Amino acid sequence: MSLSSWGVALLQALLYLALAPLLAGWVRKVKAWLQNRRGASPLQPYRDLYKLFGKEARMAHTASPLFRAAPYIVFTATWLAASAIPFIATGLPTAAVADVIVIAGLLALARFFLALAGMDVGTAFGGMGASREMFVSALAEPAMLMAVFTLAMTAHSTNLSSVVDHQLLHGIILRPSYMFALTGLLLVALAETGRIPVDNPATHLELTMIHEAMILEYSGRHLALMEWAAQLKLLLYGSLLVNVFFPWGMARDIHPGALGIGLLLVVVKLALLGAVLAASETVLAKMRLFRVPAFLNLALLLALLGLLSHVILEV
Amino acid sequence: MNLEQLPLLQQLMIVLSAVVLLTSFVLLEQARLVAAIHAFAWQGVLVAMVTAVVATGSGLEHLFFSAALTLGLKALLIPWMLHRLVRRLELDRHKEPLHHPALVIMAGVALVIFSYWLVLPMIQEELMFTRNIVAVSLAVVLIGLLMMVVRQQAVAQVLGFMSMENGLFLAAVSATGGMPLVVELGVAFDVLVAMVLFGVFFFQISESIDSLDVDRMNRLTERTDEE
Amino acid sequence: MSPLWLAGLAVGLALMSALVALFSARVTHLLRTLSLPLFALAGLAALAAGLLTLVQGEVTTAQLPLGLPWLPWQVRLDALSGFFLCVIGVVSFAVGIYGSGYVRGLEHGRDSLPVLGGFTGLFLTGMLLVVLADDAFMFMVAWELMSLSSYFLVAFHHDQAANRRAAFLYLLMAHVGGLSILLGYGVLAAFGDGFAFDAMRAGELSFGWASVAFVLAFIGFGMKAGLVPLHVWLPEAHPVAPSHISALMSGVMLKVAVYGFIRFVFDLIGDIHWQWGVAVLVIGSISALMGVLYALMQQDIKRLLAYSSVENIGIIFIGLGLALLFLATGHKGLGVVAFVAALYHTINHALFKGLLFLGAGAVLHSAHERNLEQMGGLLRRMPWTGVFFLIGCLSISALPPFNGFVSEWLTFQAALQAWQLDSGVLRSLVPITAAVLALTGALAAACFVKVYGVAFLGQARSRHVRRARGVPLSMRAGQGVLALLCLLLGIFPTSVIALLDVVPLQVLGQGLSQATAHGWLWLTPISSETASYGAPLVAIILALILAAGLWLFGRGIRRVRRCDAWDCGFAPPTPAMQYTASAFAQPIRQLFGSLFYIEEGIKPQPDGRQRYQLQVVDRAWGLFYLPVARAVERAARQVVRLQSGNVRIYLGWSLATLLILLWIMA
Repeated sequence: MSLSSWGVALLQALLYLALAPLLAGWVRKVKAWLQNRRGASPLQPYRDLYKLFGKEARMAHTASPLFRAAPYIVFTATWLAASAIPFIATGLPTAAVADVIVIAGLLALARFFLALAGMDVGTAFGGMGASREMFVSALAEPAMLMAVFTLAMTAHSTNLSSVVDHQLLHGIILRPSYMFALTGLLLVALAETGRIPVDNPATHLELTMIHEAMILEYSGRHLALMEWAAQLKLLLYGSLLVNVFFPWGMARDIHPGALGIGLLLVVVKLALLGAVLAASETVLAKMRLFRVPAFLNLALLLALLGLLSHVILEV
Repeated sequence: MNLEQLPLLQQLMIVLSAVVLLTSFVLLEQARLVAAIHAFAWQGVLVAMVTAVVATGSGLEHLFFSAALTLGLKALLIPWMLHRLVRRLELDRHKEPLHHPALVIMAGVALVIFSYWLVLPMIQEELMFTRNIVAVSLAVVLIGLLMMVVRQQAVAQVLGFMSMENGLFLAAVSATGGMPLVVELGVAFDVLVAMVLFGVFFFQISESIDSLDVDRMNRLTERTDEE
Repeated sequence: MSPLWLAGLAVGLALMSALVALFSARVTHLLRTLSLPLFALAGLAALAAGLLTLVQGEVTTAQLPLGLPWLPWQVRLDALSGFFLCVIGVVSFAVGIYGSGYVRGLEHGRDSLPVLGGFTGLFLTGMLLVVLADDAFMFMVAWELMSLSSYFLVAFHHDQAANRRAAFLYLLMAHVGGLSILLGYGVLAAFGDGFAFDAMRAGELSFGWASVAFVLAFIGFGMKAGLVPLHVWLPEAHPVAPSHISALMSGVMLKVAVYGFIRFVFDLIGDIHWQWGVAVLVIGSISALMGVLYALMQQDIKRLLAYSSVENIGIIFIGLGLALLFLATGHKGLGVVAFVAALYHTINHALFKGLLFLGAGAVLHSAHERNLEQMGGLLRRMPWTGVFFLIGCLSISALPPFNGFVSEWLTFQAALQAWQLDSGVLRSLVPITAAVLALTGALAAACFVKVYGVAFLGQARSRHVRRARGVPLSMRAGQGVLALLCLLLGIFPTSVIALLDVVPLQVLGQGLSQATAHGWLWLTPISSETASYGAPLVAIILALILAAGLWLFGRGIRRVRRCDAWDCGFAPPTPAMQYTASAFAQPIRQLFGSLFYIEEGIKPQPDGRQRYQLQVVDRAWGLFYLPVARAVERAARQVVRLQSGNVRIYLGWSLATLLILLWIMA
């Protein structure tokens, strides 16, 4: 773990921070195209964040100091979790600091404080959002960990760098366990990032909200941090799906040329994933809350089948 | 056996059989009848694809014919007949949700693990990857039987029966390179005749007890006070 | 200063604290000024003894002039006992400090202070002696002392019938469990030729008899630890005891049961079979899942914490089950990883459950309320308790950088090594158990969001909670000690594992040296390529980014202007419009409802108001306990027939017994 690899790790973390709003903007743009509109520019989320940081933050009378601290904690935990996922290069020390279970733990930390912030003001909406979020995440967690285990049992490691290296080493192999794990993780990612069909990120009807209900009371820089954290989470899951299952093109050594190619390829892959996400959001409708367990049971079933096909068919 | 050491065709076979297992779970869980019929059609397509892959890999010409037969019969003709039946019985919008879906899925998973454990003692070294596909086919057969136990709708039970047959066919194709063509044709015609008979029976049942719920058939006992 | 001498000092101090408390009937302040500080000192001495044993890594034995003439009490202080002495000591120390403030509220009531202080001291003595025992006789006597003194503590508020019932249930189950343990020791003693543990270690058991002993020990120790379905006494007994006693019972006594299980199975039987591992794994998973689901259904904060203890004991037994499985199939290194994970979770649970119960006691002390539905907004009224309770909630939900996460990470890493097992069936079952563990962790986080959000955040839902005041310094100090340890054990896991490495070395024959092989920064239980966790780095990076963010955007401590909360344009929200605890758990209650017997409904009252009623009943009562109780009653009724009242029939029984005895002796 040399100094230059830590430098690249820092660069990777900053890239995550910088590119997260772009992915969200790109998804919105593609959705607009599919709906026959021109849509806002993909750079609009940057302008939104800039505007929010400049505005004054206000708090409700009943809010406690935890309400004020929560955006910082949520942002910090999500950013650290994102930085640990290989983005442009493998073999970086961040993957040794936090393996995939630690990443899940950091996301859980962010979610914990987000839910507490929702309950802090003492309104019905916040409590509702917190209750629904913990419900959905409780069901998504076993599916996600089962998919991770399937990967770990093939690559014999939970260190994401090792998993990516294992995939790069063996070339293109058709593994049913990976296919099932990929599909399961896709469904879990939809649930965890609060996209249709689990939650509508663009809704303004409070009774249909999950994520938005918890950040309803936030304004100004606090809201900017929460929004950025949500965009980081989307980029985190996108990067996880794209780089772990299709890692070809990632830089194996610290070399400006290789890093540049890695960055270009990952941007292309994420753009494709974003387009697929936008298409699915256009085609599907949001489910009511008590249909979500069926959705997540499907994800769990896929992950379970991935594990079983690994044990039965691959070893 | 290491997946990395197998040639691409055999990897494809393994992937296809895993997806067949997925379709049998989907059949088990699917509440809507029309969607279940489509899942069964896809299962037929996948089994035909496995047959075609085995045919290309082993060079057995008659397997191509088997694949075509399976595709035509299992993926096109039988689903079409069931679809027509369902429409005539006015069951297209029928939904039959399971009572305890989590328990049923757990039972399915347990059956998969059990069939794997059963197949473990098979020691044919060169064909080790087919041993694993035989485990999957046995699981498909058992899950088909479980589906017949768990579902109340008669059409769903037919799907379970057909899915059992799919599983047996998959086992035959992967383990021994297919059955002799004569046996294959005979089985296919049996299945077709069974379908026609099912169709006729369903009309009769539906007319006499006004429903295709299998549990209601206990009304068909000899009871003098019900006359 | 040998560790054994320190342990003896701890026992002596505990007995002294019990003795001093006897005089507190006359001089009421003795309990908090002398007895409880002595109790804290006893805890400190036990902690010192344990740490010294772990650092030195030696085994010291002694013989006490107590006990039977041909079986004097044997005392043994090895690494396993030392570890559990640390667990007992640290929580007792915190409880002793906390208790000095807590019992002040009891001084002006009618409760008997000598009973409280006396039995608390005896309780600690019993636990210390169990951990030090090296023969079955001393073990059982100390076990009984522990159970009986805790019975009197549970029955402390005996003026209410519900409390008496709970205490009776506790006593009944403690004795059934104790009987099972005694029978287990009997089996071992029969084959080992003696009741001393050394004799039992040398004994050779066949698979059948070893399994019999294992099942008896599992039932007995499992009942005391609170495994499903033998857990029903836990949620009845823990809430009704005084809060610092609940912390001791949940935090320490359950761990002594875990100690008993480890000592019996890993040390005394020694020769392990994989079927036991599967049984322990399955029962541990069921306990973990059912425990957290029950906890989610509760509105009484102490009952909720008691059910959460069932969940965490389940997690400890998952680790132990994995250890048994790996050891039995010849993967000793992996078994050690799972064993260390279970031990780590033991100390973690002692710390954070003790902290949570002390916090609940603080809330009870100042707001006089145990029902979550009446609480709210306590963070502003009790800031210190609020912060410490938050640390407890974060730790128990297994969130980095706190200690709960480390033990859960270690358990997952152990489970993930299942690919090395030979049996394909086991290779698919172990990851399924790990998925159940993941579900449990997520549900536990949901449960503690509910507890913290409803109790400490939002607005107060009742007048007396709105008027709650902060608690005295000693209570805050007790909580603070445990909270600080939760943080430290989360940030420096390598140091902790280096310290407790000697326990698996002595019990299983192999240590976990590779965990700390890459320096104190990286925790690498299996190898650095497989998995590593840089806990101090995660904590430092989190703190750095947080500080940078606060500096950039926090703009110092400038006041943020306040305004009204969003009310959709209607009237401002009242405290009654907030989400209640039962509302928060409703989606989960609806999804998992078939596992319980739930009655939920709205009933109109005669005065025109509507009343919402929710009742959740443990199905274990109907499925398991009522049939057993009915069978016992039926058997008892048959036995009653022996009491015919006729003198001649009684003499006839005596004659028959005499004849049989003479025939056997001949």
